[in-house]
Amino acid sequence: MARLQSMKMKRVGVLPGFGLSLGFTMFYISLLVILPLSMVFINTVSVEWAKIWQTISDPRVMASYKLSIGASLTAACINVVFGVLIAWMLVRYRFPGARIVDGLVDLPFALPTAIAGIALTTLYTKNGWLGQFLSFKVAFTPLGIIMALTFIGLPFVVRTVQPVLQNLDQEMEEASASLGANRLQTFVKVIFPELLPAALTGFALAFARALGEYGSVVFIAGNMPMRTEITPLLIMTKLEQYDYAGATAIAAVMLIFSFILLLIINLLQWRTNRKFI
Amino acid sequence: MAGHVSIQYPHSPVNRTMKESEPRLVKWLLITAALGFLCLFLVLPLVAIFIKAFEKGSAVFSAAISSPDALSAIRLTVLVALITVPLNAIFGVAAAWAVTKFNFKGKSLLITIIDLPFAVSPVIAGLVFVLLFSSHGIFGPWLQAHNIKIIFEVPGIVLATLLITLPFVARELIPLMQTQGTADEEASMTLGASGWKTFLLVTLPNIKWGLLYGIILCTARAIGEFGAVSVVSGHIRGVTNTMPLHIEILYNEYQFSAAFAVASLMSLFAIFTLVVKNLIEWKAKKSMVSEEGGF
Amino acid sequence: MSIQIRNISKSFGTFRALDQINIDIQTGELIALLGPSGSGKTSLLRIIAGLEAANQGAILFGDEDITHVSTKERKVGFVFQHYALFRHMTVFDNIAYGLRVRPRKSRPSKPEIEKKVKELIKLVKLEAFSNRYPSHLSGGQRQRVALARALAVEPKVLLLDEPFGALDAKVRKDLRRWLRKLHNDYQITSIFVTHDQEEALDVADRIVVMNEGKVEQIGTPEEVYDYPNSPFVYHFLGNVNLFKGRLHNGKLRQGHFEVDAPEFLGAENTEAVGYVRPHDINIEREKSPDAVAATVIYIHMIGAVVQLELIRTDTGDVLEAELTKEHFRSLNLITGVEVYVKPKQLKVFIPEDYSI
Repeated sequence: MARLQSMKMKRVGVLPGFGLSLGFTMFYISLLVILPLSMVFINTVSVEWAKIWQTISDPRVMASYKLSIGASLTAACINVVFGVLIAWMLVRYRFPGARIVDGLVDLPFALPTAIAGIALTTLYTKNGWLGQFLSFKVAFTPLGIIMALTFIGLPFVVRTVQPVLQNLDQEMEEASASLGANRLQTFVKVIFPELLPAALTGFALAFARALGEYGSVVFIAGNMPMRTEITPLLIMTKLEQYDYAGATAIAAVMLIFSFILLLIINLLQWRTNRKFI
Repeated sequence: MAGHVSIQYPHSPVNRTMKESEPRLVKWLLITAALGFLCLFLVLPLVAIFIKAFEKGSAVFSAAISSPDALSAIRLTVLVALITVPLNAIFGVAAAWAVTKFNFKGKSLLITIIDLPFAVSPVIAGLVFVLLFSSHGIFGPWLQAHNIKIIFEVPGIVLATLLITLPFVARELIPLMQTQGTADEEASMTLGASGWKTFLLVTLPNIKWGLLYGIILCTARAIGEFGAVSVVSGHIRGVTNTMPLHIEILYNEYQFSAAFAVASLMSLFAIFTLVVKNLIEWKAKKSMVSEEGGF
Repeated sequence: MSIQIRNISKSFGTFRALDQINIDIQTGELIALLGPSGSGKTSLLRIIAGLEAANQGAILFGDEDITHVSTKERKVGFVFQHYALFRHMTVFDNIAYGLRVRPRKSRPSKPEIEKKVKELIKLVKLEAFSNRYPSHLSGGQRQRVALARALAVEPKVLLLDEPFGALDAKVRKDLRRWLRKLHNDYQITSIFVTHDQEEALDVADRIVVMNEGKVEQIGTPEEVYDYPNSPFVYHFLGNVNLFKGRLHNGKLRQGHFEVDAPEFLGAENTEAVGYVRPHDINIEREKSPDAVAATVIYIHMIGAVVQLELIRTDTGDVLEAELTKEHFRSLNLITGVEVYVKPKQLKVFIPEDYSI
């Protein structure tokens, strides 16, 4: 017993509860994450390869990949530009209502996505508040999807860039100015390189979130095959048709893509943290 | 952690005035652009929800939110949140304790797995439970033989919501407890406290704001989850419809005012979430600043 | 309570943090564990407290082997480097914590706890602060709260990890003196970790000098300062001048310069280094056969001693010397003058068992 105890202590230090907390954690994630998610791959493996290939390379599915990735990338790019701008404004400028604006940035995290979807759709339909002034269609086109995905991803870039900007040593900027650089040069050569890792992390987070997004998109997309059908919606459609094998195959493609993104995000965040802490 | 960003604890408050800044014109142009973008994407949709909700008068509004279907959707949503949030809160504390207080092999892998639900599409989160528990799923025949229903029933909704909201509390606590280290707990142990007393008297007060914030985010997501729940719910009115699903049905039936009425209720909760979040951040910041000020 | 540390070893992965440590500590002693960062001193302190487990070896409190006794049962008072005060508790509650968390049957009554805590608050001179939170205290005040909290449980052993590390110079000195006095009053066996040689020399009864997980030397402050047993200890405690040369017939020789090294009579033509403290360097204006010529390049004249920086004419090495003001005046020195330097007391080490 004493031996056992000392062996345990050797590994885990003095605080109690290692076995209990890790055991519960492992049990919980095995049951709720690992087992369910592995079902996607188990079910895929049990189907013929040719059939899987046929499903995931079907023109309609291919069109959905293109749309999902294209719209998500576009939305993430918009979010990087405006996210950095908003973070900059919140950290550096004083203006009335700054605190409220700061709080409002998290709205997309707090608001149910379906509600965001119907609200945006209402605004941008032909007769909507904004739609009626526009000469082009937004709702039920890829543009509408980009709008919804931009909404969903908005907080990511702001919230990753903001703390980096807050902790940025202002003396660097003052040094740059004292060495004769103008404001734009200072931003491009001194500030921007510091913000880049955080902005990239925010970009990747927003992109990953947009790829899987469903609730806000289905309302505004119109869901026309080949034109405005995102990949998660295709999975849903296959499920409704009881085509479980098809749904699972597409889900496997998405999951693999998500894993790779998650890996990249973790690497990025690891690098950001190493640099700034 | 592709799903949310933790509460921020700044290293140092920036309160030095910067002389080095942009020209006034540039500054105001930038502010206008940023605020314009925020108005277009955040304020306008939010305002639209409330206006649409009352477009047909308050009678329609109150009828919409007090209809039996709406009430049962509210009840189901609250029930799901009441089950999932405490479970995920307990999980979050346990996981954060294991990950931050001890060193073991495979720790970063464990953290990545905890993050996974953030990166998984809600539709897939629902799908996996269909693959497990539907009549075609691997446990399907067994469940049928024992007359247990999970998919298209409340348990399925609970499971899908559990998966989607699993990382929220853990993800909030892990960075917080990492910065706090183990010295407080060690101090408590050297003073003769037991493990449970140490946790209750020292750790819990240290993490209370982060925990609360995690719980609030988890609740907001649990209540608002649409995709995952949509897959596993039978969409049976008055039985397996949560609030977001109820909104969807109303909307698809062109009952826009009723849809927005229920949506406005949920939006109120979202605004409440934001207010609480900011209060917590403010509290946390204050305690961090005074901590530093003491030196 | 005496403490015996027997053969303690500890590794973190492949890094050997502690290697076969043996120390005997008498009841009531005040011991300093002194060493550079990474020398293993904090690991050793944490092993004594039970906050970490050794890979091998034993710790005895008195006659009792407590190697496998948990921290909670060891009855040690531990003062953490950054105090680890519970920030949601007042000063009073922090100090009372150890008494309040006792199991019901051994817990003192409320009035007893209050009386005890008030005594301690008085001891650490924080009467006016008992309802303050740690965030509203200065560093020195926090340190005293941490001490009072550790003392409240009447520990048999008091362990302090870099107790003055985070404080500024003035407060450090006051607290040091106060700790010394506290220790004299209470006579509780105490061990503190420090990397500051001055602190160790000033406060401790005995000093354990550690380097790379090993004990280099154990002794009173005088012993370790005046008679270091290794080049490391020479370097780590105080300033030192090096005289490199070859050993031959019991003499250390370099060029024309040679000094006696009687303990190495047997050594033939061996590289060696002589170590001399700055105050053991004699300076003369007249040339003599056993002195080296050097030029004064800098004179630093603050306080009772005068510090000289010199460059040896033959090798170009920089030397440091300390003289009294009277001696300095009698020599009539200015920068640029050539003088003759002679070590008064020199200890020779052969450099194969260490690296400089």
